[in-house]
Amino acid sequence: MNTETVLLVGVGGQGTILASDVLAKVATAAGMDVKLAEVHGMSQRGGSVDTVVRIGDKVASPVIGPGMADHMVSFELLEAARWLPYLKPEGRLVVNTRMIAPLPVLIGQWATPTGMYAALVYEGAVMLDAEALACEAGSPRSANIVLLGALSRGLPFPGDSWRECIAARVPPKTVEGNLAAFDLGCAACEKEACET
Amino acid sequence: MPTLLSGNEAIARGAWEAGVTVCTGYPGTPSTEILESLVKMPGARCEWSPNEKVALEVAAGASMAGARSLVTMKHVGLNVAADPFMTLAYTGVGAGLVIVVADDPGMHSSQNEQDSRRWGPFGKVPILEPSDSAEAREMAIAAFELSESLDMPVLLRSTTRLSHSKSLVEVGERTERRGWPYAKNPPKWVMMPGNAKRRRVDLDSRLRRAAAASEGSPFTVEEIRDAAVGVVTSGVAYQYVREALPSASTLKLGMTFPLPIERIRQFATKVHDLYVVEELDPYLLESLRAAGISVTDVAVPHIGELSPTIVAQAFGEPALETRQPILDLPDRPPMLCAGCPHRGVFRALREMNATVVGDIGCYTLAALPPLAAMDTCLCMGASIGMARGFQLGSPVGAVSASPVVAVIGDSTFAHSGMTGLLEMTYNGGDATVVILDNRVTAMTGHQDNPFTGRTLSGEPAPQIDIEGLVRALGVKDVTTVDPNLLRPTEKALRDAVQAPGVSVVIARAPCIMLSRERGVPFAVDAEKCDSCGECVRLGCPAISRGEHSRATIDAAACAGCRQCVQVCRVGAIKKVLAADAECAR
Repeated sequence: MNTETVLLVGVGGQGTILASDVLAKVATAAGMDVKLAEVHGMSQRGGSVDTVVRIGDKVASPVIGPGMADHMVSFELLEAARWLPYLKPEGRLVVNTRMIAPLPVLIGQWATPTGMYAALVYEGAVMLDAEALACEAGSPRSANIVLLGALSRGLPFPGDSWRECIAARVPPKTVEGNLAAFDLGCAACEKEACET
Repeated sequence: MPTLLSGNEAIARGAWEAGVTVCTGYPGTPSTEILESLVKMPGARCEWSPNEKVALEVAAGASMAGARSLVTMKHVGLNVAADPFMTLAYTGVGAGLVIVVADDPGMHSSQNEQDSRRWGPFGKVPILEPSDSAEAREMAIAAFELSESLDMPVLLRSTTRLSHSKSLVEVGERTERRGWPYAKNPPKWVMMPGNAKRRRVDLDSRLRRAAAASEGSPFTVEEIRDAAVGVVTSGVAYQYVREALPSASTLKLGMTFPLPIERIRQFATKVHDLYVVEELDPYLLESLRAAGISVTDVAVPHIGELSPTIVAQAFGEPALETRQPILDLPDRPPMLCAGCPHRGVFRALREMNATVVGDIGCYTLAALPPLAAMDTCLCMGASIGMARGFQLGSPVGAVSASPVVAVIGDSTFAHSGMTGLLEMTYNGGDATVVILDNRVTAMTGHQDNPFTGRTLSGEPAPQIDIEGLVRALGVKDVTTVDPNLLRPTEKALRDAVQAPGVSVVIARAPCIMLSRERGVPFAVDAEKCDSCGECVRLGCPAISRGEHSRATIDAAACAGCRQCVQVCRVGAIKKVLAADAECAR
């Protein structure tokens, strides 16, 4: 398998690290070489964060540059727009439609950006309201797992393996809700006809 | 089956397998998770020290007493530990002593991006540099062996992308090491001039043995592919070279001090053009050129992180096709969390037009608008001494127009703030010091410290009394406030700057991320809101301006701290039902 690169972006505290951990474990269980690069520290306080998971027979760099991601999952609308140049022209894009206002918008230094939804749809993105689906599954906190469900449709790993790795990684009391969130993410993606 | 480990987890695993029994450090991104991983493994005593200097001294003592010892810190931490570090190569070690230092190229979470490889020739300490997690584990084991065979401490140098990247590792079992019994040996251990002069000469013979070990190191790997381009590299930069220039021949250096100059010379004869690719300083480049090895120039930047893309561009590879960015977008800097108790202090300091001499922690984020209430941030513990300097250096009268206030977190105060306070009380300082006591070392991911009442192992510890400590350091005017209560906080700060002599205000409230129960969220009554923007100027992630510039509160983000309620002059901010907030959308 040539190296497949998944870029997960969002806002510090949204659960990108947990989601990328699950993906890395799923790929490891499938016998692939995996490298994962995450960001800790200051940006976890509400800054723009990115996590890269690279999967293949032999992966070299854990870090990527523009035009190197085969898949991008954005946990937030603005970050999808910000990181878009990292996605290959033929890459697959999953976007959470929720917007979290960054500091310049909160304090009125910058107008709320508009037009991103349409622009991302034009880019071929699968658009999901991950919080709404997570609420349907029981808690808005499993929005990250909803997005993993949508991502999983474009990757060659069996659903059972995803479910096992999710169950092993999330707090025990939340397993059921998170598995439901995963299924809703998968299903939403089918509706969008987004299998690659 | 191989396990997916971060570089930090792999270093911890390697040290554990090598039978390490004493592990110390001070939290600092990107090094923190090494001790957090080790403490979960049986057989090693792990401790957070108050600072890196103490951590290294504990590890040095343990090594002398016969225990394999590990000490971890971020790059700037080694500056703090530099005093013991610079003499440890002279004394050498008892059992193996490994110092892990994690650099932060690109300054993801740091105030500078100094290159720790410079400590090798400076302190005369051998350096190992892993390029992935598997090597991190192997090198952690080898570092102990090397330390003992050379009678020197060994520096294991990581970077953010090694420490915080995960890759597959085959782990092994732990080998228990019997202690090397301590024997009195003043010529080795007592570094007074007569002994140190002899150890300095002896150190050169140990360095020659280290150079021989470097020439023979299995971690230095030559891979001949296309002979046209040969790249000397090390650490994670090797991975970028492999990705960007798959056909290039490479010499990946595992030991980067002393350098295996003869092996590099041999590699140079096998390739047409020799290049160096390294992150941060031109350390390898300068060393190779000083050794008379001809290196071809290539425009790899010496500022910031590298990436496969940057390396490819430096070698003139065509850029990849990319999608165009959609819009001109607002930045997303990190900010104080919703409900952060620090906010109350910085709001008051802004209202007081204070000159705020800052320090290192989450609260450094208060330098950003709209709080914009921090004037300086230099290094750990600098705030108090610098406030004294501001007072001394300001023209007469200027200080009263803008009172000088030092602001420092609880963990930073324990790290290196106490000596600054002694400077103030000893020399007759007249400034105000605010200790932001949120009961935890928050920025690095909530570690315990001497004021939290718990050790790294989770055992109860004496909870050091900050008020008593500050009084013992000679401060008479000590006040404690809850920074979530804005008016009492502002009053305490105004009283403190008016009072003669040194005043200390302890602003005590636990980090919001430690509060198990979130408070009831609040909402803005749009009918009542007069759009004054006072609440927005708190810089809370939950509060923004909505229609007609009226404030709105994102109930899902609101932590219920009530700070905004206290600044609203028209009483427009009211509680909402928690049930509505969870899945409000």
